This record gives sequence, structure tokens and C-alpha cells, in this order.
Amino acid sequence: MTAPSRRSLFQMIGVVAGSAAMYHAMTELGYAEGSSFEGPIKLSRPPAGSSVLILGAGIAGMVAAMELRDAGYTVQVLEYNGRPGGRNWSLYGGDTYTELGGATQHVQFDPGQYLNPGPWRLPFHHRGILHYARRMGVAMEPFIQVNYNAYVHSPNGYGGKPQRYRKIQADFHGHVAELLAKSTRQNALDQAVSKEDREILMQALQAWGALDGNYEYKKGVASSMRRGFDVDPGGGIKSVPVPSEPSALSDLLRSGLWSAIGSGHNYELQSTIFQPRGGMGTIGKAMGANLGPLIEYNCKVTDIRQDGEGVTATYVDSRNDGAPRTARAQWCLCTIPTPILAQIPMNVGAPMKAAIDQLPYLAAVKVGLQFKRRFWEEDEQIYGGITYTSLPSTTISYPMWDYYSAGKGVLLGAYTFGRPAYLAAAKSPQERIQDALRDGAQIHPQYPAEYENGVAVAWHRVPWAMGCQGAWTEEARDQHYNNLCALDGRILLASEHASRLPGWQEGSVTSALDAITRLHARVVQP
Amino acid sequence: MMRKIILATLLMALPASAADTPDMRGAPFAMQGGEAVYRGVCQGCHMADAKGASGAGTYPALAANPKLAESGYVLYMVMNGHRGMPPFRGHFTNAQVADVVNFVRSHFGNHYKGKATEADVQALRQ
Repeated sequence: MTAPSRRSLFQMIGVVAGSAAMYHAMTELGYAEGSSFEGPIKLSRPPAGSSVLILGAGIAGMVAAMELRDAGYTVQVLEYNGRPGGRNWSLYGGDTYTELGGATQHVQFDPGQYLNPGPWRLPFHHRGILHYARRMGVAMEPFIQVNYNAYVHSPNGYGGKPQRYRKIQADFHGHVAELLAKSTRQNALDQAVSKEDREILMQALQAWGALDGNYEYKKGVASSMRRGFDVDPGGGIKSVPVPSEPSALSDLLRSGLWSAIGSGHNYELQSTIFQPRGGMGTIGKAMGANLGPLIEYNCKVTDIRQDGEGVTATYVDSRNDGAPRTARAQWCLCTIPTPILAQIPMNVGAPMKAAIDQLPYLAAVKVGLQFKRRFWEEDEQIYGGITYTSLPSTTISYPMWDYYSAGKGVLLGAYTFGRPAYLAAAKSPQERIQDALRDGAQIHPQYPAEYENGVAVAWHRVPWAMGCQGAWTEEARDQHYNNLCALDGRILLASEHASRLPGWQEGSVTSALDAITRLHARVVQP
Repeated sequence: MMRKIILATLLMALPASAADTPDMRGAPFAMQGGEAVYRGVCQGCHMADAKGASGAGTYPALAANPKLAESGYVLYMVMNGHRGMPPFRGHFTNAQVADVVNFVRSHFGNHYKGKATEADVQALRQ
């Protein structure tokens, strides 16, 4: 390999430093500090007759309802759906889902199979949501974020052939280590690295990049111990391993696949991550059962009005728009998604109203695909984890339950944000499934023969959310975030959209706890 | 050049969401012409017949909608969004915005006079 130019070297360092630089930037923005959860909340007993009306039985609404109830408040929860959970939601065989526009899908998954259309991961440091899941008796199993044997894929690299994550990561680290080692030897880093440190750096690069005795990344046992062998070592006579040939640096760089090996470095996606056994929706279901008759289902809120003594919500039956009814309490905690809340007449001040009006929800799409057999396990030894592709489907994730079972399995066949998600939302559910099948077949040729049925959820078409999560920008946050979260008379808001953990259930939990803590302080010290 | 773009989006795009894709925004919208833009993106919420849809909230109908009489209003909404509507200024070219505004103002029972131009869109970018 020829020596790199100074410029390309810095570019490479930039890439390697990417996650560290990103982490630093995120910390400064207040994102990467983890959850603000500080253990179970303890509210003192409020004055007799204190009451709170909660709009929305999602994670935020139900966490608030449980804690306020336990403190002694009279609590009533109104929920649009006929089930608890909100975006905490799993789809099972036998479920029916009708999206905006009227398309109805009858989920045909086998028993034990499911899709989490919304949140699907619980990072270990999201202690709030994990606390409540534990309190509800929800069993946890590990979520595999990084699987070295899953694929990274782009039609523009390696002839469109999917590459094992392991090989791309090993080759990227190896080539970068070799370049840095070369530069160090040529004294190109003199100003940055002292003479004593240079020896240590050389050792580190050799170990980190799996370089050989000459500080080169090339075919041999050292590199194959990272990227895998052409023939694995074995026992007995046929025991000699055959090393594999690393890919060329230029092929690797031009494939773009190096950009797909960083997700697990992200603080929120570092091991250990959990998923509830049997689907994310088990948490919401358990909270709903805990609250029992305190939740009134099938309620579409049409008006929210506060006066000197309390707040009145007017609502109709969400299934048939029947006669209006009202619910009233001294205070109101509203968790309705902002795209919907923006349309509900509500007499709050201009700052909160402006904050609500400027916060649409992002586009996101998930597609679940049931296959007759778990070919990713049987043929390709992929057990859980994620394959990334530059095709519109973006993310393919393998079921992280029932490994080695002989039966069927449901893949997450597509999980996409941004423009691909807008395009998918404009299509019918069947077309979304067809697109996911077409993309996936480029990675797994078994798709056409093994596919059975699927379900596709485009979040802008979800009737009770109108998007997947608050679409904050930094500028909008500076201008509106505090106004969105502030108590306005007798009304205050909670949700992931009122948190700095957008799209995470931990944001919902910590938002709810922060909101009721402030509300309670106001109640006990008027 | 390409490398720089990918790196920039990687650094920028991740923190704002629970997504783990390196570039949350995806490839630029490639469709040309007002109808293609409408069919490709807008009908996701406003629906194929432009009659909108209602659940807990409502996506307004664009069909026979008197608010579309003023092209400036429609341009502003597409560019900046409002309430549930996301801003599309970062997703569409000036031509795509002008074309789709002209399309919805002349279809679905709308027959409004006057055409939005790319210059009108550019003015909203200042």
C-alpha cells in the first residue's frame, strides 16, 4: 500500500474519530447524558379532593396516572384507542389495524410471533422505563444490536453482495491502523505524539487493527481472527485453517459500508439492550391492567377548557363520534401527540400554543414479514441483530426470540425514517410489503420462496399519532421547548415530545415524572 | 466529496431520534412534476383523492379547498409546515414545490388562477 496523502489521512482519522466526536457534540447538546431518572418517585399526600385528568394512556399518561393515584389523587384517564399503551404497541396474529385512508390489515402471524411497530429497544441506562417494566412484572430478554455475522449491504459496493459486518469492521479497523502505523513510523505524527508515546501507539495499533509483525493488515491468521477464515480451524486431520483475504481499502471506502458499522458505538445503542419477552406492548398492557377502570377507552377528545377551578375535556366515542361527554378535574396532564393536540381547541397561552403548533411528528415505517422457516438462522447462522442496507428498507432485523426453533419467524423487513419513510407512507400497505420483499431479496435470496405474510405500519398514517415522534430541531428547541413543558394555568404536557430523549420511552417516563413533580409542588404549595 | 457528505450526515443526524440509521434523511426525492410529487409524497397524508383523513386528528382535504385560492398560502405551508404538517423546505427543490402547488391548485376540483414559480419558492428561502 502506498503512503496516504496528508489530506486523506486526516479524512480517515475523522472517520475513526467520528463516534468520539459525535459523542462530544451530543454531550454538549445535552443528549448523551443518559436518563434523568433518579429512582422511584415519592409524592406526599395531596389535599383531599385533589384530582387530575390525564389525556392519553400511553407510557407517559399511565406512569403519571399510577404515581398520582398512589399518592392519593383522584385520577381519570381518557384514551382514544380501545387498548392501553399508545405507541408502546405490538401487533400479533389475529390483530386488525386500520390506518388513515381506510386500509385495513389483518395480521396473520403465527402464535408467538409479533412486530413492534413503534419502540423496540430498552437501553440499560433507560432506568425509568425499566423500573416500571420491572414493577409491572414484565420479563426481559436481551436485544442484539450488533451482530458480527449479520450483513452490511449496498448495491454500490462488492458487486451488490451483502458483506458480513465482521469483515467490514475488521478491514476498516485494520486498514486505518496500518495507515496510522505507517505515518507514525515515518514521523508524520511527530507534533501530535511524543517519542515515548509512539512506541505505545504502535503496539496499540497492532492490537486494535489486527496487524501482523510488520504492522501490516494483510491475509494471515491475525486478520482472519477478526474477519473470519475461508476454512475455519477444526479438529483432527482436517484441522488447518485457511485465512481469508482482506478487501482492498479502496473497495471498502467506495462501498460506503464503513458508515454502517457504527450504530453500536452510540450511547443509546450500546450493550446491554433489552426487549420485553413477547413484545414491547406487554409493558403498556400491564400498566393498563394495573390502572383498570381508571382508564376510559375509545374516547376522542374534541375540546380542552380550563377555568379558575379546573379543566374540562369534552370527548366523543372514537368509534362512532357519538354524543359529546365531559370529564373534569382540578388539573390536566395532556399526553396527546402534538400533531393531534394542535387541532384540538384548548385555552392555553400563546407560548404553549406556539410550541404545540410548531412540532410535527417524524415519518417512520416498519414492515414485519413472516417466513415459513428461519432461513437466516438455518442457512446463514444469523441469530438476532440487525442488517443495514443502503436500499430504502434500510434496516432488517432478525427475531431475538425462539432461536434454533424449527418453526416460523417474523423479520423486521424494513425500518426507515426520513424520505424513504415518506415515500412508503404514500403507498398502500401491500406495496410497502412488496418493496420490503424486493429489497430484502437482494440480501437474502430465500425471501420469495419462504415468504408467508406481512404487515406494514407507516406512522404518518397511524390515526392516533400522525407520526412517530416529535420532530425537534435545535433552533425549535431553543425557542419552544421550555414553553411546551411549562405549566399553563392548570394544564401541562408530557410525552417523549416533551423530553430530550425524542422517540424513546425513557423520554415519556422522565417527562411524566418531571411534569407530575412540578404539578404536585404547585398543588401542595399554591 | 461523497465521503465528506456521508460523514457530515452521520455526525448530524443521529441524536435527534431513536433511529440508528446513519443518514436519517435518505436520498433526495427524485420525482419530477407536480403529479409525481403529490403521488410520491403528499398523498401519504392528504390521500390519493386529496380528501384528507380523520382519526384522533385530521389531515385536511385539499380537494375543493378554498384555502388553496392563494398560492402564497400553499407555498408557505409546503415550505414551513404548520401543526401536524412537517416543513418540506429541506426535502424538495424549488421546482418540485412550485410544481406540486400548481398541481393541487388545478386538480381535485380546484381551478384556481395564477401559477406559483420557482422564484416564488426561492423568495421563501431567503
